[in-house]
Amino acid sequence: MGFRYYLLRRVLLIIPVLIGLSIVTFVISHMVPGDPIRLAAGPQATAEQIHKLEEEFGVDKPLPVQYLNYMRGLFKGDLGISMMNRHPVAMDLRRYFPATLELVLVSTVLGVVIGVPMAMAAAVFRDRWPDQVSRIVALSSISMPVFWLGMILQLILGMTWHLLPISGRFDPRVPFPPNVTGMLLVDSLVAADLHSFGIALKYIALPAFCQALLGIALITRLLRADILEVMERDFVIMARASGVPERVILFKYVLKNALIATVAMMGFLFGWQLSGSVMIETVFDWPGVGLYAVKSAMTLDFMPIMGITLLVGLLFTIVNLLVDISYGVIDPRIRYG
Amino acid sequence: MSVAVGARGWWGRWRAENQGLIEEWRRSLYRFRQSRLSVLGVAIIIFLLFVAFTGRYWVPYADDAGFTTHVEIRLQGPSRDNLFGTDEYGRDVFTRTVWATQISLIAGTVIVLVGGVIGIVLGGIAGYFGGAVNELIMRLTDIMLTMPGIFLALAITAALGPSILHAVVALSITWWPGYCRLVQAQVLSIREEDYVEAARCIGANRPRIIFNHILPNCLSAIMVKASMDFGFAVLSLAALGFIGVGAQPPVPEWGAMISKGREFLPYGWWYSTFPGIAMFLTVFGFNILGDGFRDVLDPRARR
Repeated sequence: MGFRYYLLRRVLLIIPVLIGLSIVTFVISHMVPGDPIRLAAGPQATAEQIHKLEEEFGVDKPLPVQYLNYMRGLFKGDLGISMMNRHPVAMDLRRYFPATLELVLVSTVLGVVIGVPMAMAAAVFRDRWPDQVSRIVALSSISMPVFWLGMILQLILGMTWHLLPISGRFDPRVPFPPNVTGMLLVDSLVAADLHSFGIALKYIALPAFCQALLGIALITRLLRADILEVMERDFVIMARASGVPERVILFKYVLKNALIATVAMMGFLFGWQLSGSVMIETVFDWPGVGLYAVKSAMTLDFMPIMGITLLVGLLFTIVNLLVDISYGVIDPRIRYG
Repeated sequence: MSVAVGARGWWGRWRAENQGLIEEWRRSLYRFRQSRLSVLGVAIIIFLLFVAFTGRYWVPYADDAGFTTHVEIRLQGPSRDNLFGTDEYGRDVFTRTVWATQISLIAGTVIVLVGGVIGIVLGGIAGYFGGAVNELIMRLTDIMLTMPGIFLALAITAALGPSILHAVVALSITWWPGYCRLVQAQVLSIREEDYVEAARCIGANRPRIIFNHILPNCLSAIMVKASMDFGFAVLSLAALGFIGVGAQPPVPEWGAMISKGREFLPYGWWYSTFPGIAMFLTVFGFNILGDGFRDVLDPRARR
């Protein structure tokens, strides 16, 4: 009963947060001194044409009315229409989102796969060279301007050595695998098309690596500190005294207890990676939400900006909810209340 | 370690009165110096401050920081005349990279300061007064935290019009929620400490309790966060410059320079590379300083 009630309350709490978020974004994006209609209409537009456009997008009405109209559409899954390309925003988001999700998921996996062993090595060989190396790697990767690193890697691996493609998501000369999830790696696996899978993997390698740096750094530092802390607890000393092999102590006793804070951080990591996607997608011309956000912001296109904000906010909230739930799986002592 | 009271004027008296504090500082400094990386961080930052505030007097081509053209030497590689090469207008990349240091350091300071002060004030109010005020402020903070900052900053900068000032404004007003959350949590726990209770009992008024008893005890947590945050602020500003909504030409700014150099990457690697290295050095310096600070100030991480 307790858990179900907790879950219901958390899910219901998403609604006011999203309403608040929509108000904040709406106010910010509509307080602009710039005139998006004029921008959309082009420099030669007559006053009449501009007026017609204003009516079409409903921006001639007062702000609260505009907001209510927007919210009314939202309940029907309508996120408005882009002023620039006249596509429904919901359609564009559906097209761009899988690309971003794929990038974020792959880089999260990379971050865990590289970060967790690095943290363990650093903790086990504390104050010796593996620790120093992992500290320097972590601090350098968190200090790295990823868009710059991306460019340098493009230059070296792509342009000079021709090892990896420079930008984009897939080879334009090869047909896409049939669309199931929109994530090319998954789609090509579903279609059992290993050739396409290889191509998609090559294209995602560089952007995912750049995106993963932050995760690698954060996981390494946080997990190292937690492993060291757990290592000093009584039950570890007890296990050691009883002659349990060090390897078993590390994996079975220490790691499981130390991972809790790292899992808690995954929610924030997800949010940071969504932020990072703005930069990564710009550098690698990755057709995802980040690139869409940049293009919309540059043209003062309200509706996509609103749509993106709400989508990102919703995702972030859901991921944090999942993180909170997963505590209980890792540590059964935690009770929800 | 004893200083005679009144031996050397006010300085001696101050030292005598604050012996405990001085001792604590001395120990912190010792711990700080134990970590070679933190000392390296301090060295990097001193070097950067020197470059930032004296750079304009010794750069080889001060005019190149603005809009000048020397078409005959455009896109030349690094040489003795142009250490970091030249850009598409023949301007010296070294001069512009050095010039940009000051801009980034000042902008980073403004962002962390403004964001920090807003966050500390709001968090302090929420934590101390509690109740409905707390609910209101913290729900707003939650909403702001729901939104990865750069999307909002992007929207604000785009709306206000692209410029470095607007980028700083946008980042400053999206920077506070982290501080608000931190300070609120700190104040909530410190508020219940015995010494605050004691101050309340002897009739200290609210501002006195907040400013003399509660805030000084939040300070170490805030310092750690601020020093770790500074590099991130510099990075975010450069990110906005890179996207094109931050600094506009001819202002020399690392992100904007890297973005411009991207067009010439295949045959002018130096154009983007050197501003990137400068930026990495800056952020790295502040991050290892922050790491060292945390080791000294945060007892949990002290091991």
